[in-house]
Amino acid sequence: MSYDALRHFADSWGLVFMGATYGLLIGWHFLPHGRRHSHRAATMIFESESEATEAEHG
Amino acid sequence: MDRLVLRTGGWFALALVAFAAMLAARDGGFAVHMGIVSLVALGLAIIAMRRADYAAVARGLLKMPADQGRYYDDVIRWGVIATVSWALAGFLAGLYIALQLAFPALNLGLEYTSFGRLRPLHTSAVIFAFGGNALIATSFYVVQRTCRARLFAPKLADFVFWGYQLFIVLAATGYLMGITEGKEYAEPEWYVDLWLTIVWVAYLVVFGGTIVKRSEPHIYVANWFYLAFILTIAMLHIVNNLSMPVSLLGSKSYAAFAGVQDALTQWWYGHNAVGFFLTAGFLAMMYYFVPKQAQRPVYSYRLSIIHFWSLIFLYIWAGPHHLHYTALPDWAQTLGMVFSIMLWMPSWGGMINGLMTLNGAWDKIRTDPIIRMMVMALAFYGMSTFEGPMMSVKAVNSLSHYTDWTIGHVHSGALGWNGMITFACLYYLAPRLWRRERLYSLRLVNWHFWLATVGIVLYAASMWVAGIMQGLMWREYGADGYLVYAFSEVVSAMWPMYLIRAAGGLLYLSGAIIMAWNIGRTIAGSPLRQEKPMHGASHDMAADKPLIARPA
Repeated sequence: MSYDALRHFADSWGLVFMGATYGLLIGWHFLPHGRRHSHRAATMIFESESEATEAEHG
Repeated sequence: MDRLVLRTGGWFALALVAFAAMLAARDGGFAVHMGIVSLVALGLAIIAMRRADYAAVARGLLKMPADQGRYYDDVIRWGVIATVSWALAGFLAGLYIALQLAFPALNLGLEYTSFGRLRPLHTSAVIFAFGGNALIATSFYVVQRTCRARLFAPKLADFVFWGYQLFIVLAATGYLMGITEGKEYAEPEWYVDLWLTIVWVAYLVVFGGTIVKRSEPHIYVANWFYLAFILTIAMLHIVNNLSMPVSLLGSKSYAAFAGVQDALTQWWYGHNAVGFFLTAGFLAMMYYFVPKQAQRPVYSYRLSIIHFWSLIFLYIWAGPHHLHYTALPDWAQTLGMVFSIMLWMPSWGGMINGLMTLNGAWDKIRTDPIIRMMVMALAFYGMSTFEGPMMSVKAVNSLSHYTDWTIGHVHSGALGWNGMITFACLYYLAPRLWRRERLYSLRLVNWHFWLATVGIVLYAASMWVAGIMQGLMWREYGADGYLVYAFSEVVSAMWPMYLIRAAGGLLYLSGAIIMAWNIGRTIAGSPLRQEKPMHGASHDMAADKPLIARPA
């Protein structure tokens, strides 16, 4: 592939591919199941830490 | 017994090989480095012999498997100590070179203590030693807690930590001896680069292995940021350091690229070192430690996903803005500028996400000095991610480029964002890792907060003034078409600003010394400091009653 062809591929189909991938990766989390899933993921770090593995702290 | 012999013998053989390389070295710097490697290997051989469990060897080496019900925290404890120590060294070096700019006599007339050699020592000490150790330590802490799994291959994690320290020592001593590739943030020479590559792959194995063996189905967003940081740094480091050594027994090498290609590769690396080392990695800290300290979940988990993918897709293109008005093709410069400006939005989305995590708990800024540090860190993340895109605009860059404005911008990000969030994480980790009731003193955290904040303000403000003044003086033409100011006049005009900058650095270092004292006392298990609580509910029971009018 010549430099010129690569250059034109990059700012046409390459850009479209990148934009579509980005949209897909973001959009996935806005599907109907996303809200519950996100809430669960966000609060997961607060689920009880067992005494054996964590130090007590103030 | 075989294992013991193999291990000790292996280290000893390595020590001999390094010693032979030292004797055959082509230059003094390479000889010193091989001497360091030889000493380290010899020390490890001795440790391997002394630490050997001879009773177990006699019994036939029945080793108990590690308790999978406990997290592996030893390496994190070492990481906290290393982070604090390297912070002091890096900040001290920064203060010293700031004073060198104001008082050139401090170069001492020695090549080893000249500004040109101490400056990369400072940048690498704060970014890679202080920041890197903070990233390694917190990533091992966070990945275990969020995956609810013991660290994968703890021995390999120890290797990552100690191997990384060896990298730092080799890099730092190399700068002092003048061993450098001359690439910003990528100064170490080829053999040190190879060593870091080995360490980094081990890091990826430990981190990735822990994620693979997780018992929590979802991978928490902080781990996404850590993983992006580890993978991208591996890619950047390998590509930018492709070079051919002159001799396998010498320190000098030549880059695989030349001219503007080399410059673009370097700043593709350089800007993504900022984007993935100093931003993605530290955002991972933010997404775990801010919610934990505030005791509230992150404001919007979906926003954090948008934040993540936007940074990944945009950052990688922003590097060319370091090469405005150079031989780089115009379209590439414009591309770098446009992507830098686009970065502004996800950065602010992330900042808002972090700040709004405190929604409904804003009082904690008043009562909890650690939260206060985190909020200041996020505020500086927002400020420097606004300033950066602005400076990447070509018209602004024509004024700001090569001036101290750039230095001010870097430090508002590094001192304000990276420094503050790391201090907050260290204060969070110390009492938990050493099982203390709380930090030795919260008042001292408050002192640290204010010293650091005032220090940053002095630093950033003086560098804005110095940089803009410098840029305007450089481009000032007189009526006859000649430049009005000589370069030396610009330098002398900046003297007061250099003094103010050094004063800011002194305050910032003082705060870090207070932190070292506070964390040191916490680790030592000293009795908690007797102090007035940060948030007393002042209440006078005796006076708390209605006033009854008494007849005279």
